Amino acid sequence: MKTENQKAWFFVLPVLLLVAFNALIPMMTVVNYSVQETFGNNLFFWQGLDWFEQILRSERFHAALGRQFLFTFLILIIEIPLGIIIALSMPRKGFWVPVCLVTMALPMLIPYNVVGAMWNIFALPDIGLMGYFLNHVLGINYDMTQDPVAAWVTIITMDVWHWTSLVVLLAYAGLVSIPDAYYQAAKIDGASNWSVFRFIQLPKMKNVLTIAILLRFMDSFNIYTEPFVLTGGGPGNSTTLLSIDLVKIALGQFDLGPAAAMSLIYFAITLLVSWLFYTLMTKDDLN
Amino acid sequence: MQKRSIIPIVYILFLLLPIYWLVAMSFKTTNEILSGFSLFPQTFTLEAYRTIFTDPTWYWGYINSIIYVSLNTVISITVALPAAYAFSRYRFLGDKTLFFWLLTNRMAPAAVFALPFFQLYSAVGIFDTHLAVALAHCLFNIPLSVWILEGFMGGVPKELDETAYVDGYSFPRFFMTIFIPTIKAGVGVAAFFCFMFSWVELLLAKTLTAVAAKPIAATMTKTASSAGYELGLLAAAGTLTIIPGAIVIWFVRNYIAKGFAMGRV
Repeated sequence: MKTENQKAWFFVLPVLLLVAFNALIPMMTVVNYSVQETFGNNLFFWQGLDWFEQILRSERFHAALGRQFLFTFLILIIEIPLGIIIALSMPRKGFWVPVCLVTMALPMLIPYNVVGAMWNIFALPDIGLMGYFLNHVLGINYDMTQDPVAAWVTIITMDVWHWTSLVVLLAYAGLVSIPDAYYQAAKIDGASNWSVFRFIQLPKMKNVLTIAILLRFMDSFNIYTEPFVLTGGGPGNSTTLLSIDLVKIALGQFDLGPAAAMSLIYFAITLLVSWLFYTLMTKDDLN
Repeated sequence: MQKRSIIPIVYILFLLLPIYWLVAMSFKTTNEILSGFSLFPQTFTLEAYRTIFTDPTWYWGYINSIIYVSLNTVISITVALPAAYAFSRYRFLGDKTLFFWLLTNRMAPAAVFALPFFQLYSAVGIFDTHLAVALAHCLFNIPLSVWILEGFMGGVPKELDETAYVDGYSFPRFFMTIFIPTIKAGVGVAAFFCFMFSWVELLLAKTLTAVAAKPIAATMTKTASSAGYELGLLAAAGTLTIIPGAIVIWFVRNYIAKGFAMGRV
């Protein structure tokens, strides 16, 4: 049992101050911009909630949001099952365990823009390994700078390459925490592989999978650098995800008001969906 | 050799292919890269690496990155340790709200904060310093460290604390000499994640620096765009960014799997 102790606030204080400095002040700046119009020279005019209305009605925002949800949906539907399958088939002990873990973690440790640049080089039609193989060995007409479908396949493959290992590591951690006795009991009962998975492994992985799904949701929903370096949002606007569009408005066109309003709507959507995931997945624990 | 080990093998091959291509390309001349497809470097050259190791604007990029990443890891872990202890041992006014609020900062898109961060750090007068990037990365690394460390501390029985107090330990002495060594696996895992997320982040690091503290990732984008097609140099610089991470993960490899199993939501 935890004891009641208000002095614990002193322990939390440094964290609170540092995070508040980084979170609240910039957030207030964004809120400030979102209700004003500026023509430069630090002149601001009160604008009320016009920007919010404009963003919520704009087709450009709807399109970017739609692409963002599609991207995140595809990422979750591919990476979570794939990560579980790989974790299930990994060795549990022995020499190969650290080798697997270290090589699998490698993609996560590469800076985001290097990931984008390296997939760009990898996918170039005539001189990249993947592009060359698809075009000249398999005879598929593949060019991500021209074909939106090819661009989507490339950014999805890149993200699967980059982040599936996070799901693998988390799922694997859940698996190794299951005592051998559970498996022996299942063997005595003559349980099939599927029921071992369904009734022993999956429940034991539930906590770590909750973390995995939440992290993958947040990060794929906020993704910016990798697709920006890889495709630049193109061809056309086909891979312009939400944050790429946001940066275009904020820094490209320097429309601070609409960009700030869009940031706040964006953040609110992320918060809402994360909260939904979190409550849905931890619902059983509360009952 | 079991039949099912084919899955991890295929997966690891898939992971290594783009990395191989990057490394292979770093040993090619720009001419060879652009003239056509070759699986292995035909004219093996170390020219790209020589450029990086002799040109200060290149190698200082790596040094800058390592400085602010280390600084961030130290700050994050130092402030997260007592906070995680408070969350795992005590109930206090607003504890649950505070914990959730900390986590929400992990959800803020960096793109949202780029411009306000620039203004804030310019106003405080630490723009273009390593400290600025280290502090900015605290935004997402502190919540994550508190989360991971709290999980580990929750696994340590409270009797350990009580016994120590009965034995006459003061709190700071207990915390430093008994408690932290007990959860050193957790500190390792948290430090690894701080290192990782700070090392790979670019948007804020690039926004908050100009010359003096410019990270390697920013040096790369600049050279790649201004020089046009120096793909060999880009590939070599990219290859070198993998190495620090690979070293760090080798040190914590035995803790990673265990770390998550002990952590809880």
